[in-house]
Amino acid sequence: MESRVTRRLLVGLAALAIVVGACNTGGGGGGGKEVTVIGAWGGDEEKAFLEMVAPWEQQTGNKVKYTGTRDLNTILTTGVASGVLPDLAGLPGPGQMAEFARKGALKPLEGVLDTNTYKSETAPALVDLGTVDGKIVGVFIKSAVKGLIWYSPKNFQGTPPKTWDELQNIAVDATGNKWCVGLESGAASGWPGTDWIEDFVLRQSGPQVYNDWWAGKVKWSDPQIKSAFEAFGDVIADAAGGANGVLTTNFEVGGDGLFTDPPRCMFHHQASFITGLGGFKGKTAGTDYDFFPFPDINSQYSGAVEGAGDLFGMFHDTDAAKSLMKYLVTAPAQDIWVKKGGALSANKNATSYPDDIAKRSAALLTGAKSFVFDASDLMPTAMNAAFWKAMLDYTQDPSKLDSILADLDKVQADAYKPA
Amino acid sequence: MTAGQQARERAVTRGSRRTIPRPVARIALHAVILLLMVIWLLPTIGLLVNSFRDPQDVANAGWWTALLPPKDLGLEGYATVLARPDIGPAFVNSLFITIPATVIPVIVAAFAAYAFSWMNFPGRNLLFVAIVGLLVVPLQATLIPVLRLLRDFGLTGEFAAVWLAHTGYGLPFAVYLLRNFMGSLPREVFESAYIDGASPVTAFFRLALPMSVPAIAALAIFQFLFVWNDLLVALVYIGLANPSNLPLPAQIANLVNSLGSGWQLLAPAAFLSMALPLLVFVALQRYFVRGITGGAVKG
Amino acid sequence: MSDLVMAAIVVVGVPAVLVGYIYGTELLLRVAPERQRARIRPWLWLLPALLFLLVFLVYPTIGTIIQSFQNTAGTQFVGLDNYAWFFGSEASLISLRNSVLWLVLLTLFVVGLGLIIAVLVDRVRYEPIAKSVIFVPLAISMVAAGVIWKFMYDYRGPGEPQTGTLNAILGVFGIEPVLWLQERTFALNTIALIVVMAWMWTGFAMVIISAALKGISPELLEAARVDGANEWRVFQHITFPLLLPTIAVVSTTMVITALKAFDIVYVMTYGNYDTDVIASQMIKEMFTNGNFGRASAIAVILLLAIVPIMLMNISRFRAQEAIR
Repeated sequence: MESRVTRRLLVGLAALAIVVGACNTGGGGGGGKEVTVIGAWGGDEEKAFLEMVAPWEQQTGNKVKYTGTRDLNTILTTGVASGVLPDLAGLPGPGQMAEFARKGALKPLEGVLDTNTYKSETAPALVDLGTVDGKIVGVFIKSAVKGLIWYSPKNFQGTPPKTWDELQNIAVDATGNKWCVGLESGAASGWPGTDWIEDFVLRQSGPQVYNDWWAGKVKWSDPQIKSAFEAFGDVIADAAGGANGVLTTNFEVGGDGLFTDPPRCMFHHQASFITGLGGFKGKTAGTDYDFFPFPDINSQYSGAVEGAGDLFGMFHDTDAAKSLMKYLVTAPAQDIWVKKGGALSANKNATSYPDDIAKRSAALLTGAKSFVFDASDLMPTAMNAAFWKAMLDYTQDPSKLDSILADLDKVQADAYKPA
Repeated sequence: MTAGQQARERAVTRGSRRTIPRPVARIALHAVILLLMVIWLLPTIGLLVNSFRDPQDVANAGWWTALLPPKDLGLEGYATVLARPDIGPAFVNSLFITIPATVIPVIVAAFAAYAFSWMNFPGRNLLFVAIVGLLVVPLQATLIPVLRLLRDFGLTGEFAAVWLAHTGYGLPFAVYLLRNFMGSLPREVFESAYIDGASPVTAFFRLALPMSVPAIAALAIFQFLFVWNDLLVALVYIGLANPSNLPLPAQIANLVNSLGSGWQLLAPAAFLSMALPLLVFVALQRYFVRGITGGAVKG
Repeated sequence: MSDLVMAAIVVVGVPAVLVGYIYGTELLLRVAPERQRARIRPWLWLLPALLFLLVFLVYPTIGTIIQSFQNTAGTQFVGLDNYAWFFGSEASLISLRNSVLWLVLLTLFVVGLGLIIAVLVDRVRYEPIAKSVIFVPLAISMVAAGVIWKFMYDYRGPGEPQTGTLNAILGVFGIEPVLWLQERTFALNTIALIVVMAWMWTGFAMVIISAALKGISPELLEAARVDGANEWRVFQHITFPLLLPTIAVVSTTMVITALKAFDIVYVMTYGNYDTDVIASQMIKEMFTNGNFGRASAIAVILLLAIVPIMLMNISRFRAQEAIR
């Protein structure tokens, strides 16, 4: 019996060996160095990134080996703790960037980038965000403007409201609601709600409070933060599908209600990247959709813009890695991604936007009178996660606001402690 | 009298009247099995139908609507998945990773299970239970120390790194399952073999192993599946150092972008990635047939 | 060409080395005095397994235990602070409750259904097909399972066309759609998650129980039938007692699987709406919050939680050896 089973097993395995061998006889080879890159980008983003590095590969003969993962935080935390790292990597957020830099894992980029050109081409706020202890360690490969109000010119022809009150007073067709909101986003569910809160804090109480708040110096139970939640509560009260619809709608298709017939809603609040997602994809900018910036609430704080972006850093300072890093922030490289739509560049000289809408949102980013970065991204990760979760809990039951804010205060007291 | 014989007598003396007529019972049996099969298949059928649909439709209407005319089904999703430039090499990598990562723990566990079942040594039960207890260790808690070790031995990025790691992670269950099965084999079989002068190695290969084939087949399938579908271990031990060696799940994960867009493509990808494990299962089914153990569980 | 070399190593080399090792031990034992052989032999057979376990599980676990008494950065000892934090936080109470639900319901579902299916399909000719159908979900990755059940649990407001299978079925009977993953009442969402896991793992229990079932001597069952026992009696008094050791193995495995289960929670709700379990809380502390001290404390609590189950296993194995 033994021999029969063994023989069968061996025959099977041998057959497999032949198949495997036949599958894969193509050789690798060629000269040039390989640069390994790990990032969070997948799908269309991965494609855009690979197109972006293609000219560099051609020019230098080097090769980019890209791996995308949505577990970026896990992978890089483990990698930094063990000293096994890719050459370049997307970074989960400013907080982790600072941590990785202080542990000496991230290499400083002075002397790697063409620093003067980089600083002159890039929005100063974004340069600062990539700087830890006076050294540039992170750069923004792509960015976005948050808090734009989208609408379909077919349903809304009036002049864009200048103030929140004006916006509130716009009458809505009886069949629809004023807002479309979608908070579902897998593990990150709730984040679109945090953008709402951030916009309210910024415009009700100004950039100073906003910055103190993400830095943990303003409590969540503070009236200035609480009133932002309450304003969001009003939005939910007039959102298509009610609270349950808001919770179960994926953010990607969150604005699709603008395009249905009859429209389910009049406005949708989302970042500039929505144009590459859901129902926006395949629609024509300008005729099918348009946007106006989040209107002012307190005129004192007029013109503030919130942005976000994907940070990138270097773990190994090989010549090939340095050369790639230098290339990535240049305008010609940035132009390649920008041209595909859905992404903005932090580089002022990257201007190949596919349409007028993208150009206008890019102008907001680089020409903002006062620029703030996405507050939730700047918070410690534990705080950020609690913030996301709070948005779901609040939407589900607004009457629990006080206890939700008290819980956030508890997390705040814990999360900002130095390690 | 053996336990089985006693049981048999109890079964006979307690109740002997058949209450349900045989044909009715047969129909009920088939009905129950078919119902369970439908329930189990339904979610997967939903996925299968959606794998042929346009992502936009998937988000907007239930999968069953696609079964009614106008049918709007296509193979674009499959084409997109297969068009990824590295999908072929990733499939081969998956084989290179999964086969040894299945074979090693099964063989190593069989050695250990045999020792636990048929050799006497002090602390046997305690050691065994400690090994089973290791089942509860969360793999995530081992990533950093193990990655450091692999780095020290220059194994990061190599297939061998995941072979060894998956062997370690798979062993507690493998030893548990095989020891339970081998331990239930009849003592006389081994005793008579030893009397005939067989060495433990011979008894292992000639008796214990062939008689445990159903358990080994089951174990091989599970280990194959876990390794085949694993992404985390591969990303950490291979991906950080040498992404060229990454397996199929890494390629599949890249279909989705950082905002979660493109998740609909996971449907065709799931079917492509499921095909081989299912084939392995069907191929190994023949070892689950009655009689291969020759009545191993003593009756 | 290097792929062919690799294929040869993979297919022939690896098994050859292992089989060679065990033959090697007998050669080695010939050197030892006759009386010592029986004492040394078991350790040689165990050696490979013990080495793997030491390196990949025991060594990291020692680190975990030490870290559970340390602060976030692992720079100083904080006594039992991390444990105090766990038992003092409200979130942990919810996780604990959910983990108990998982442990009880998942084990019951999986073992119960696995046993029923294994026994039932044993009596029909299309057994391989039926088993393959139940097995399919096990071959699906967690991420894909998340997608599949998204299609099952999807919710649209009342009156709108439903996109989720379950709510569409409810709609046919005129029942309002249910928020399967958001509804906290009676822990409905946690139960919905357990159902997903049970759907995946029933095939696991079925395969193992079925393998044991095939090992029961057919003559024994036939003899009982000839003597006039009905099928239920045969199952109750012969099949079931003989399957008991296997059921114990599957149950122990499922209890531990339930305690460790976090992927489905992570993929489908991320622990929102009170669906966190101990394991998902641990993963979040570890990688989202970067707090290894707390994460390690939770891991140690998991380790301690299974001690009673392991003790039960010891007595069971003693009993098994006594009768064989």
